[in-house]
Amino acid sequence: MKVLVVGVGGALARRVALTLREQGHTVIGIDRRPWWDHPKDIAVHEVDIRKRAAEDVFRTQRPDCVVHMATVNALTAGGEERARINLGGTRAIFEHSVAHGVKHVVFVGRHTYYGATADSPLYHTEEEPPQGMGRFPELADLVAADLYAANMLWREPKLTTTILRLVYTLGPSQTGTLASFLKGKRVPMVLGFDPLFQFLDEGDAARAIALAAVKTLRGIYNVAGPPPVPLSSIVRETGRTPVPMPEPLLAGLLGRFGFPRLPRGALEHIKFPIVVDGKAFREATGFKPEVSEVEALRQYRRMTAPR
Amino acid sequence: MARDDSIKSLVDRLELPWNELGVDPYGISKKHLVVFFTALGFLYRRYFRVKAVGAHHVPKRGRAMLVGNHSGGYAIDGAMVLASMLLELDPPRLAQGMAEKFINQLPVGSLWSSRCGQLTGLPEHAERLLRDERLLMVFPEGARGTAKLFKERYSLVDFGTGFMRLALKTKSPIIPLGFVGGGDAVPTVYNSKTLGKLMGVPYVPFTPYGLAAPLPAKCEVHYGEPMLFEGTGDEEDVVIKGYVEQVKQRIAQLIEDAKSARGGVL
Repeated sequence: MKVLVVGVGGALARRVALTLREQGHTVIGIDRRPWWDHPKDIAVHEVDIRKRAAEDVFRTQRPDCVVHMATVNALTAGGEERARINLGGTRAIFEHSVAHGVKHVVFVGRHTYYGATADSPLYHTEEEPPQGMGRFPELADLVAADLYAANMLWREPKLTTTILRLVYTLGPSQTGTLASFLKGKRVPMVLGFDPLFQFLDEGDAARAIALAAVKTLRGIYNVAGPPPVPLSSIVRETGRTPVPMPEPLLAGLLGRFGFPRLPRGALEHIKFPIVVDGKAFREATGFKPEVSEVEALRQYRRMTAPR
Repeated sequence: MARDDSIKSLVDRLELPWNELGVDPYGISKKHLVVFFTALGFLYRRYFRVKAVGAHHVPKRGRAMLVGNHSGGYAIDGAMVLASMLLELDPPRLAQGMAEKFINQLPVGSLWSSRCGQLTGLPEHAERLLRDERLLMVFPEGARGTAKLFKERYSLVDFGTGFMRLALKTKSPIIPLGFVGGGDAVPTVYNSKTLGKLMGVPYVPFTPYGLAAPLPAKCEVHYGEPMLFEGTGDEEDVVIKGYVEQVKQRIAQLIEDAKSARGGVL
C-alpha cells in the first residue's frame, strides 16, 4: 500500500511513517518543516499542504491512503493563522484525496476535543459531540477540523474516513502537550484538583495510527492506551515536583515568571479529567499498548532530566 | 495504630483492578481510601455506633445496586453505608455513590470524591460502573431526601425512576436498605436555600443549636434481600412506577425494622 503522511515533519508523524515503512508499505511525506535525516526510501516533499505543489504530490504519486497529521495543536501558535492551517489544510487534504483516487483518509485528532468540565462523564465515548470549545475557545478550529473530517463519512461515502481522537503521548521526542507541561522541575497544579490524565507511549501511539491506516477503519474512534493516572502521580513518577497553587494565583502567574503562557481555558484541563473509552478501537483493530502507564512514566523520567 | 492497619488491610483486600501505583481505572486510590475510611471507620464504630443488619444480602462480587433512604441533614447515611460495605463484608467491597454535581466543582471536594470512587451523579457513570461489575449506591430521593426536617426523618419523599430503568437495562439486583439515625444526628429545623446559593451548595441545614454539626446519635442500617426485576428499562412509566413503589415499600419496612431494633437514640 502507498501511504502519504501529511505533517511528516512532526515527531509522532515520523514514527508513524517509519512504522508503516517497516511493515513494508511505500511511504511518502508532506510537510513545510524539513525532515533532515529521513530514510532514502521515504520521499519527503517540502511543501505547504494548502499550496498547488501539494496537490501535485497527490496527482503524481496517487497514494492509496493519506494519514493527516498536519494539524497545529500548539496553543502558542497564533490563533487566526492556526485556524487557517487547521481548517484550510484539512479541507485541502480531503479535496485532493477525493479528486485523485485516494481510498482512505485517517484524520488524527486529539481527545482534548471532548473538553474538560466538572459535570461531564469521566469516560467519553465516540457518540458524544466534541465540546471542548465551551470553556476553551482556542480549541474551536481543531474541533471544527474534526467535525469537518467526520462530515466526510456521509458526504463522500466512496472514501473511507477514519477520525482518531488520540490521547496525549509521551516519549523520546519530548514534544506534545503533556511533555511541554512536564518541562520544568516543578510542575504547577491547581490546588484541590488532581485530574486523571491518559497518555500513550509514542511508539504505541505510532503503532495505533499505523493500525488504523492498515485496517481501513471507517468511523470515529477514540485511541486510548493504558488506564489513566492522576496528574500528581505523573508529575512525581517522572521525577518532578508538583506545586499546587490556588486557581486565581495560578491564573495570574500564567505567562509570567517562567510559567507557560496558556489561555485561561487550559486551566480547566488541569482541573478536570478528559478520559476516553478506547474500547471500540481496541475491538476493531486488536490494538494493545506495549508500554504500561507506569513504565511509560519511568522511561520518561530516565530520558529527561528536567530543565 | 492497630485500627489504621486493619483499615489498610481491608482496603488491600478490595477486589479492584489496581495499577502499580495503587490507582484503578476510575482514579480510585488506595492511599486516599485508607485516609477516608480511617475517618469513616471512627465515625461508624465510635461516634454513631452503627449497627448493620443483613449485610450478607449484598453479593460478594458482581454488579448490584444499593438503594436506600436519606435520613436527614446531609449524607451521613451514605457515608455510613460506604463504611459498612468495607467493614462488614468479607471480602470488603467499595460502594460507589453518585455525588451531587457541585462537589466536583469544589477544590478538595473534587479531588477526594474522585480518589474515593464517588463519581458525579450522571446516568453514564451509573451504567458504566454496573457494567464493570461494581457496587453502586443510589439514593432515589436525591437532595430532597437529605433536606428532610427532624419531624420528617422516618418518612420517604418521592423516588426518582431513573435507578429502576437502569437496574432493568443492566439486569442488576437491587439491595434495598433502610437507614435510621441520620435525622437524629442532624435534627434539621430549617434549610436555608439562600445561604446555599451563596456557598454553591443546594441548601444549608440549621439545627436548634445552630449549625449542623452531627450529634452522636446511634444509627442503624438494615439491608434487605436482593430484588431482581425483569425487563429492558424501556417500559411504560406506569410499569416502572409500580416497580419503584415495591422498592419504596420494602425500604419503608426496613426503616420500621431498624427503628424498632435500634431502641433509644443514644
